[in-house]
Amino acid sequence: MNSVGFVGLYIFMLAAFAGWVIIGRVPAILHTPLMSGSNFIHGIVVIGGLIGLLDAASVAEQAAGFVAVLLGAGNAAGGYAVTGRMLAMFQTSAPEPKRRKAHHSATRKPEKV
Amino acid sequence: MLIMTSQWLIGLVYFFAAFLLIFGLWRMSSPVTAAGGIHVAGWGMAAAVIVSFLYVFSVSEAARPHLPVNVSLALVALLLGGGAAWWSGRKAAMTAMPQMVAIYNGMGGGAAAAIAAMELFGGRVFDLSALAGTLFGALIGAISLSGSLIAWAKLDGRINKPLHMKGLQLINALLMLVTLCVGAWLMVVMHAEHGSLNGVLWLIGVFFGCALLFGVLMTLPIGGADMPVVISIYNAFTGLAVGLEGFVLQVPAMMIAGMLVGAAGVLLTLLMAKAMNRTVAHVLFARFGGQPVRKGAAIVGELKPTAASDAGVAMRYANKVIIVPGYGLAVAQGQQKLYEFVKLLQAHGVLVRFAVHPVAGRMPGQMDVLLAEAGVPYDLIFQLDDINTDFADTDVVLVIGANDVVNPAARSDKASPIYGMPILDVDKAHHVYVIKRGEGKGYAGIQNQLFYAENCNMVYGDAQAVLVKMIEAVRGLG
Repeated sequence: MNSVGFVGLYIFMLAAFAGWVIIGRVPAILHTPLMSGSNFIHGIVVIGGLIGLLDAASVAEQAAGFVAVLLGAGNAAGGYAVTGRMLAMFQTSAPEPKRRKAHHSATRKPEKV
Repeated sequence: MLIMTSQWLIGLVYFFAAFLLIFGLWRMSSPVTAAGGIHVAGWGMAAAVIVSFLYVFSVSEAARPHLPVNVSLALVALLLGGGAAWWSGRKAAMTAMPQMVAIYNGMGGGAAAAIAAMELFGGRVFDLSALAGTLFGALIGAISLSGSLIAWAKLDGRINKPLHMKGLQLINALLMLVTLCVGAWLMVVMHAEHGSLNGVLWLIGVFFGCALLFGVLMTLPIGGADMPVVISIYNAFTGLAVGLEGFVLQVPAMMIAGMLVGAAGVLLTLLMAKAMNRTVAHVLFARFGGQPVRKGAAIVGELKPTAASDAGVAMRYANKVIIVPGYGLAVAQGQQKLYEFVKLLQAHGVLVRFAVHPVAGRMPGQMDVLLAEAGVPYDLIFQLDDINTDFADTDVVLVIGANDVVNPAARSDKASPIYGMPILDVDKAHHVYVIKRGEGKGYAGIQNQLFYAENCNMVYGDAQAVLVKMIEAVRGLG
């Protein structure tokens, strides 16, 4: 393994520590958005699919690349959509303008289970 | 020149995208900044996707004639996959969040596995470390894909019964062994042949097939209540797979984001298992129902049903009230009525707070989201550690559709299956009202001593209907 490979290992190690520390700070009240949010973060896989697909030279590569981009885009877009929706709901009762927003969502009709 | 500029620009944008993704997660440490955090992360992701198209300037000689087709395929896949997922994500109900997370996570795992397949088909990886990264990423990506799909089907109520089969664990172990052997063989052969596909195509097929099958068989025996832990594990798997494929493609942004989620998933999994009083190994390799049913200590006292209106009036004249919501509240869609009742109490000067157990709902934090959806401000919502000592000087506690998480047997009864689980000390309050549909037991299948306690009254009925009666009773007082 050359030094480039080892740089990869260093990146992995530091990112793992960063992830552990960052997630440890998140309060339990946000654990569901956190799960879907971290789910969204690994949607970055879509750029790997794009890089491979643009460089595809055979039908097999094109097929696999198409699937990779399709699924990766779904991961990123879906993860972002649900996380954004959930986080927008968290309102505080302290400042006035935000309070009105909270009341607004309280009067919305309940969603289907 | 064009190639160099585009490469430089791609590198720069990827760097900022990675920064924004990490920064977005960092902002999630408080409900105040979290919504802004996910937006900046979204911008980072969008920029990374757009700038990726600059790779058209630096594709290999062999790919050049296919470029128009490849670009069209990429655009169609982006619009189709992104559009469908966006649409489903916008319209999904908040109660359906666990299965939505499962399905999006499975997509990410599948994408990582597909990238691995693409790399293998292209014959570009023959270095041993790159081959190892590709194959290992493919393995966990594929397991995450099929496992998440099964988890989704279970959470969505499409598969209702956990699979109970004798010797399944042995079959799984053998399957894993076969997969690893095929992978090792693939590595040796492809390394020796410099990435040539001659004679190994079927091996690649067997490798992916085994990995997918393993994900299915590993998830099928796990019960629905343990699914959140499983989703969290698969979330970590997908992150790891994405990181490994990033290593092979030499894209540090993917390595960092993938590994970040990998570590986050492990931490969340451990937190969750602890709150559920289970070990991760227990969730994966044993079944709740498989244990011999242990009987808890004998129950003393009797159930004392009372009218909803009496309970409502009692809270109106209390000073301090704590509400403990469980998933039964969401099933009855009673969150809106509950907050209406709370606002009524607040108008009469009652101090009302919500106490949420870490595993209330079907995934950690889901109850908080459901309350927030109904408009409850987050500064009224308290977590177990922050409020548990306050129960002793609370006048009235209202428990709605929760059972095991308020069972005092977890503290005192060593014979109880939930012994040791962190619970809300509701029984210490001056008075407790429990809204419950009937006399049934909780998920763990055990009786709850709290319900028979001297200071506890039961209010039977659908949570929403009961809350409506409570509101009427308090309004009737003027």
